[in-house]
Amino acid sequence: MSEFDYRNGISRRKVLECMTWCGTGVLWTISGGVPHSLGIMGEAQAADTRGLTFLQISDSHVGFDKPANPNALGTLEEAIKKVNALPQKPAFMIHTGDITHLSKEKEFDDADHIISQSRLDVHYVPGEHDFVDTDRKIYQDRYGRAAKGHGWYSFDANGVHFIGLVNTFDLKAGGLGNLGTEQLEWLEHDVKGRSASTPIVLFAHVPLWTVYQDWGWGTDDSAQALSYLKKFGSVTVLNGHIHQVMQKVEGNVTFHTARSTAFPQPAPGTAPSPGPMKVPEDQLRKMLGIANVNFKQNEQRLAIVDSPLQG
Amino acid sequence: MLRPLIASSVLGAVVGSVLAAGVLFARAEATPGTVFIDNFIFNPKAVTVKAGTTVTWTNRDDIVHGIASSNNAFKKSPAMDTDDSYSFTFTTPGTYQYFCYLHPQMVGSVVVEATTGSIATQ
Repeated sequence: MSEFDYRNGISRRKVLECMTWCGTGVLWTISGGVPHSLGIMGEAQAADTRGLTFLQISDSHVGFDKPANPNALGTLEEAIKKVNALPQKPAFMIHTGDITHLSKEKEFDDADHIISQSRLDVHYVPGEHDFVDTDRKIYQDRYGRAAKGHGWYSFDANGVHFIGLVNTFDLKAGGLGNLGTEQLEWLEHDVKGRSASTPIVLFAHVPLWTVYQDWGWGTDDSAQALSYLKKFGSVTVLNGHIHQVMQKVEGNVTFHTARSTAFPQPAPGTAPSPGPMKVPEDQLRKMLGIANVNFKQNEQRLAIVDSPLQG
Repeated sequence: MLRPLIASSVLGAVVGSVLAAGVLFARAEATPGTVFIDNFIFNPKAVTVKAGTTVTWTNRDDIVHGIASSNNAFKKSPAMDTDDSYSFTFTTPGTYQYFCYLHPQMVGSVVVEATTGSIATQ
């Protein structure tokens, strides 16, 4: 399963753990680069949550209207209501792509209308569904004006360095997600002068680890990208695309994928294809959701809590 | 007299079924330039057509797909939602590799053969 190999002092770990669908989510932390599971969200909320808290939403697929969820805009709105009801207001939100289903102006408008109700700054990266307009311009016109290339960028918050990458532009026949040479060079330069103690949060749409090659759930040149981050003690990689929670720990790198707000997809290999999964109506909202990420400065902790819309 | 009658009607039914199956089979194969997308797979994965044939892809999945040439040898399709089709007429003989530009693990090919006497014009 693992394609990365870190041998610099930290024993090799292979942890592939599907998060539970029950309860309100699972919290885990990174302390000195070593992750610990802390428990379910109830405990997390009881814990001291001072520090940086931000949210991740993903795969809103506004415009999707198929049987797996005829009202993807409605469930996005439910997700944003859940964000607004959080006891602690997050510093900002990241959206890990597939904002829309068909890259239509109206879909982007509808998504903006709902997401803006969170009154949070939102840092976006594009999914492949955000690049299907003929000229592949709408996403960049709306979200990527200050970014490099096809929309990659970095920023700092509370001592954490955030890097938003694009691995959904110019996909290659037979391949997986793709970052490309220009972006890789930019990334190498972006992290070069930074202290190894700087916590890094890397986010992109398609997983930056190979979840399931047969379904294209990985990124061809992610190992190259991660090689630039070897010196950092704490690297957290946040992705979407696969519409389910998964995590893996590999040395100092923790990989995590968030749920969609639109529709679930099957676990790897459990269906003929990765297409939208139709589940009983009363199960749908247990399989959609958001992720809440908390970084505690003094403890070098970063905790992720996945919360389904319901259950 | 009864037995042969029964036998011939059974035989007739069998022949009829075979003919019906043959007709169905012929209909499914009747258009060499037809490709369906089912469960993230191009079906058939490889098609061979004569130059001048229009190839039509139809998406029968619940998710968007898109057709793109692997080396920009033909115009890419718009995003194809469920039941959308895309057609392209191949006039120049050759082998055209293509893929889904949303799900690049999906690949297929179109082999275009010269029509008799038309090679010089290609």
